[in-house]
Amino acid sequence: MSHRILIVDDEPNIVISLEYLMKKEGFQIAIASDGEAALRLASEFAPDLILLDVMMPKKSGFEVCEALRADPARAGVKIIMLTAKGRETEITKGLALGADSYITKPFSTKDLVVQIKSLLA
Amino acid sequence: MKAKFRFILAAGVLGLLMTGPFALTALLLFADARDAERVAFAEFLLPRLPLGGLLTVMGFIAGVMLLRSLFQHYVHGLMRMAETLRLMLGANRNFRVVPEGPPEIRELARAANDLAQQRDELLNDVEAQIGQAKATVEEEKNRLAALMSELALGVVVCNLDGRILLYNSRARLQFKALAQGPTSMSGGALIGLGRSIFSILERGQITHSLENIQQRLRKGSAEPTANFITTTRSGALLRAQMAPVLRTGATGAAVAQMHDNPPGPLSGKGGDDVSGHAAPAHEKILSNALGADLQVTGYVLTIENITRNFEREAERDQALQSLTDGNRAALGNIRAAVETLIGSPEMEADYRERFTRVIADEAAAMSSRLEVTMSRFADALKTRWPLEDVLAVDILAAAASRIEAKLQLPIKHEDQDASLWMRVDSFALIQAITFLASRLQDHYAIRELRLRLATEGRMVFVDLIWSGTPVSSETLYTWELEPMNVGAETSPLTLRDVIDRHGAEIWYQRDKAAHNAFFRIVLPAAATPDAPVIDQAQHLHSDSRPEYYDFDLFAARDAAGSGIDLERKLTELAYSVFDTETTGLQPSQGDEIIQMGAVRIVNNRLLRQEIFDQLVDPVIPLKPEGIPIHGITEAMVNGQPRLDVVLPAFHEFCAETVLVAHNAAFDMRFFQLKEDSLGIRFTQPVLDTLLLSAVIHPSQESHRLESIAERLGINVIGRHTALGDAFVTGEVFLKMIPLLADMGIVTLRQALDAAQKTYFARIKY
Repeated sequence: MSHRILIVDDEPNIVISLEYLMKKEGFQIAIASDGEAALRLASEFAPDLILLDVMMPKKSGFEVCEALRADPARAGVKIIMLTAKGRETEITKGLALGADSYITKPFSTKDLVVQIKSLLA
Repeated sequence: MKAKFRFILAAGVLGLLMTGPFALTALLLFADARDAERVAFAEFLLPRLPLGGLLTVMGFIAGVMLLRSLFQHYVHGLMRMAETLRLMLGANRNFRVVPEGPPEIRELARAANDLAQQRDELLNDVEAQIGQAKATVEEEKNRLAALMSELALGVVVCNLDGRILLYNSRARLQFKALAQGPTSMSGGALIGLGRSIFSILERGQITHSLENIQQRLRKGSAEPTANFITTTRSGALLRAQMAPVLRTGATGAAVAQMHDNPPGPLSGKGGDDVSGHAAPAHEKILSNALGADLQVTGYVLTIENITRNFEREAERDQALQSLTDGNRAALGNIRAAVETLIGSPEMEADYRERFTRVIADEAAAMSSRLEVTMSRFADALKTRWPLEDVLAVDILAAAASRIEAKLQLPIKHEDQDASLWMRVDSFALIQAITFLASRLQDHYAIRELRLRLATEGRMVFVDLIWSGTPVSSETLYTWELEPMNVGAETSPLTLRDVIDRHGAEIWYQRDKAAHNAFFRIVLPAAATPDAPVIDQAQHLHSDSRPEYYDFDLFAARDAAGSGIDLERKLTELAYSVFDTETTGLQPSQGDEIIQMGAVRIVNNRLLRQEIFDQLVDPVIPLKPEGIPIHGITEAMVNGQPRLDVVLPAFHEFCAETVLVAHNAAFDMRFFQLKEDSLGIRFTQPVLDTLLLSAVIHPSQESHRLESIAERLGINVIGRHTALGDAFVTGEVFLKMIPLLADMGIVTLRQALDAAQKTYFARIKY
């Protein structure tokens, strides 16, 4: 059975690549374009892994991450945070709030796929 | 009084001398004679007695008249002369006794004048020599003044009480530009010699910077200066740098005790017992900074208005951000698309089409963003928030004592790595920590806060830990966006501003195992700690600095910090000498103020630059008979501010000074009539030059301002404008201070008492 991945980003130009990549790797995909949709899909779609952007309308990636980690039902879900801000302090914050990995844009698609696979293994 | 008593005594003696011998002779003859002779004697004498008595009375009257004229000429003449001699002795050297009265007195007057002439020649000689010596000193001072006025920075020198000792014109201009409302009327008079710097800058920040400097001094730092940013009342942003004014080899009990009792490593509590008196907090702390024989006696502030720079800085930050963060996303999109394209040669045409469009769009967007950013970046100045390298434990210690003092919340320190340095705006960061502590205390009733310090890579973690009630992250998000107000202390900054300014992050975390929760602030660690330089202390000794800072005010101390101590010497106080012009002489019958003028006296000097000069629209028509006196016409007062604006401004101008005016009762009456409607009260002591003149020269007839000025040798120019009269009154007052001292009137209380006595004396007549 293939893993389910939720892509959360408000920028269609990155979503298109992520979607294509994940599908190519054989994952099942759902897409959310803001924080609230992300939380809704996190329970409806029950993903194994979430690719989570930080800067989004309505709820930031940090808030989504905190909410997911506070919910025991979603305890197992892996979270990779994707951000366009590369400050060290911010990365530390994301990891402290419970993200499993933190990737800054621009990133290598190959590395991203490797990361995802190792987290889901 | 005494002369009058002596005169009566002399008249009595005269009376006795005229009647006594005669009566005695008659009595002796009477006692010697036999009965028949006695009868014949009585018969002969009694009818002739009235004639004898009449002649005696007439003789007596003539005698008294003679006596009186002698008294007038000699005793009173001498007393008047004594007064003028005193005048020559002190206030007016050029005054001469007018030879009048009998020849002996005239001769005496001439002799006194000759003596004065001789003295003047000697004094002139001495003065010429002193003058020469002074000229060299003056030249040096002028060089400093020229240097100061050329500086593009505002420079203000203060003593430890925050009293301004010196400022340059740039500082004056800066603060004048900042002054709003009533203060702008007095030419930005908030800055002035002897005034408090705390009316312009926040006391907490000054104190904090002094503490920082003291810490640096103790460590033998090469640069014992501190920087801070502050917002003024009018919202302008100032950047200040503070450098200490030091004195070497300080003596006195406090110093001696400090050597016996060296201060503790951080908080310097060892010195607490030294300052038993109610010294301001920063003074207490500074008195501990004597480890290296250095005593901080004041500080130099260089102040720069960076409101515009800051706006540019914000713009520059934005530019940088859109360059980095903005392009990061775009580049991310392009890279992902390109890599997907390369990795998927089998991709269908329409997908391929969409991917290439993403690449084209993002690349175009990136180019234009770069264009915009570069053009904006070109004007932005390289201004930075003055972040300083500070030992992290020092910040926590300072924050802890602030929280304990302000919130009475116990603080514990745990796991603090004493070697960590951070790059921070320490005042803002301590404010942020205090703000969080106060919110936790108010909303979650925490009883204790623990501060922890940790490090990871190039980051420093500052943790605020408490047990019990968990907080939600949402709460922290709300707090982040509120202004950091703690009690009465307000700040225009939000917690988010402080965090952003430091390139830091803050979040809330729970440690379930330890049953506690904490806020974690992550800050960039400082790359290069401020390395201690041992022999640097040598350069801090005052002999390496030019001795321009030899100002008497460094020694001045304000007992209570505010208000005026009546026991202080007249020579030490600051005064506002003022005068008003009015429509008429009857304040209670509707006469109004039309002009106010004032000048300040600080340290026995009339400060002709620090003035208040304002016409007032009286709202009622001017009286034609007054116009020739004050020279103020309807056209001049039309459109001028009214008293309800001018009087509060004047009130501010006079704050913390003694008021001085000629016939002050008159002016004060006008003020008192307005006190209730304007809600301001002039509570400071008032000295009246008219009454003081009567104290000094009770025998002179006129105590009009012109007469006093003439007596004291003051040129009267520009009378009958409020400011002109204030100048004359000020000079008169300065001449009076030594004359009062000759009479044993030295303190403000003594002067007020003496004036009150003459006042009642005058009322009686």
